[in-house]
Amino acid sequence: MNDLFVYTLRLGDDALIAAQRTAEWIAAAPQLEEDVALGNIGLDQLGQARTLLQYAGQVEGAGRSEDDLAYFRDERDFLNVQLCELPNGDFAQSIARLLYFATYQHLLYEELRGCADETLAGVAGKAVKEVAYHVDHATQWVLRLGDGTEESHRRMQAGLDTMWPYTAELFTSDALVERLEVAVDPSTLHDEWERRVTQVIDESTCARPTSSYQHSGGREGRHTEHFGFLLAELQHVARSHPGASW
Amino acid sequence: MIEPLWEVFIRSRRGLSHVHVGSLHAPDATMALRNARDVYTRRQEGVSIWVVPATDITASSPDEKDEFFDPAGDKVYRHPTFYQVPEGVDHL
Repeated sequence: MNDLFVYTLRLGDDALIAAQRTAEWIAAAPQLEEDVALGNIGLDQLGQARTLLQYAGQVEGAGRSEDDLAYFRDERDFLNVQLCELPNGDFAQSIARLLYFATYQHLLYEELRGCADETLAGVAGKAVKEVAYHVDHATQWVLRLGDGTEESHRRMQAGLDTMWPYTAELFTSDALVERLEVAVDPSTLHDEWERRVTQVIDESTCARPTSSYQHSGGREGRHTEHFGFLLAELQHVARSHPGASW
Repeated sequence: MIEPLWEVFIRSRRGLSHVHVGSLHAPDATMALRNARDVYTRRQEGVSIWVVPATDITASSPDEKDEFFDPAGDKVYRHPTFYQVPEGVDHL
C-alpha cells in the first residue's frame, strides 16, 4: 500500500474516532454549556477527519470517498490509536483523554503544517488553532476537577491513570514514518508532550500517572474489545441503507 | 450542583459596543468566558466577550416602572429629531 495513503488514514482515523466518542457527550454532559463546548470540539475533530479521509481516498486512487472509508471498512482496516476508541467513562476520564490527545495533536499539527505536502500542511494549519482550544478546554477542567472536591480529585486522578497506558502508542515510530518524507516522526514529539501534560497534572494537584505496561496495536489495525461496538453505531445507518442520501 | 449565573455581553465587531446576548452557568469567570465563546460565538458573532456575575447587576424594579419611565413619555423635545443629519453620516 501507498505510504502516504496509510499515513493520511492514520491521522484521519484518529480524528474520526475521537469525534465519535466526543459526540457521545452531546446531551449527556454535566451542563448544557458543556454539551455545546464538547459538540464544538467533536465537530472540529470531524472536520479534520473529513478532509483527511477525502484526501486519503484521492491518494489511494481506487475511487473511495470519505464516506466509503468511514462507513465501509471493518475493524482491522482502521488505523487509529486505541486511546481514541476507549469508552468515555465518566466526565473526568473523557477530559483526561482530551488533554492527552489534543496536546499530541497540537504538537503534531504544528510540525505538519510546514511539511511539503500541500493538503496535509493545509489541514494542519487550520486544525492547529482548533486543537489549541481543545487543549485549553481540557486543561481548565483538569485543574478544576483535580483541585476541586475530594470526589472530583479522586475521579480526575482515576481518569488520568486509566488513559495513561494508552498514550505511548501516540509516539511510536515505525518504518513508514521514517520512509515517508512528509510524515512527522511522532517519537520526536514525546518529550515536549510529556512536559506540557505533566505541568497541567502537577498544577491540578493530581499525581503523575505511572504505568509500566503500554498498550499498542491500533496502527496495525488491532483494536480493543470496545471498538466493534463503536463502529457498529457509527456505520449502522450507512450500511443498512447503502447509497441513501438526505 | 447549581453553578453561578453569568450575564454575557458580545461585541460583534470593532467600533460597536458590547451588547447583552444572554446568560449561562459556570463555576468561575475563566470558565464563564470559555462557555460564552462556545455558546454565543460559534457562528462568528463576536470579536470580544464580557462576562459579569448576574448577582452584580442592580436592576430597576417593575414596581417602580411608573415613576422611572413615564415622566419621559411626553417630552418629545428630548429626541434629536429636530436636527438635519449631515449627509454621509451613517452611524449617528
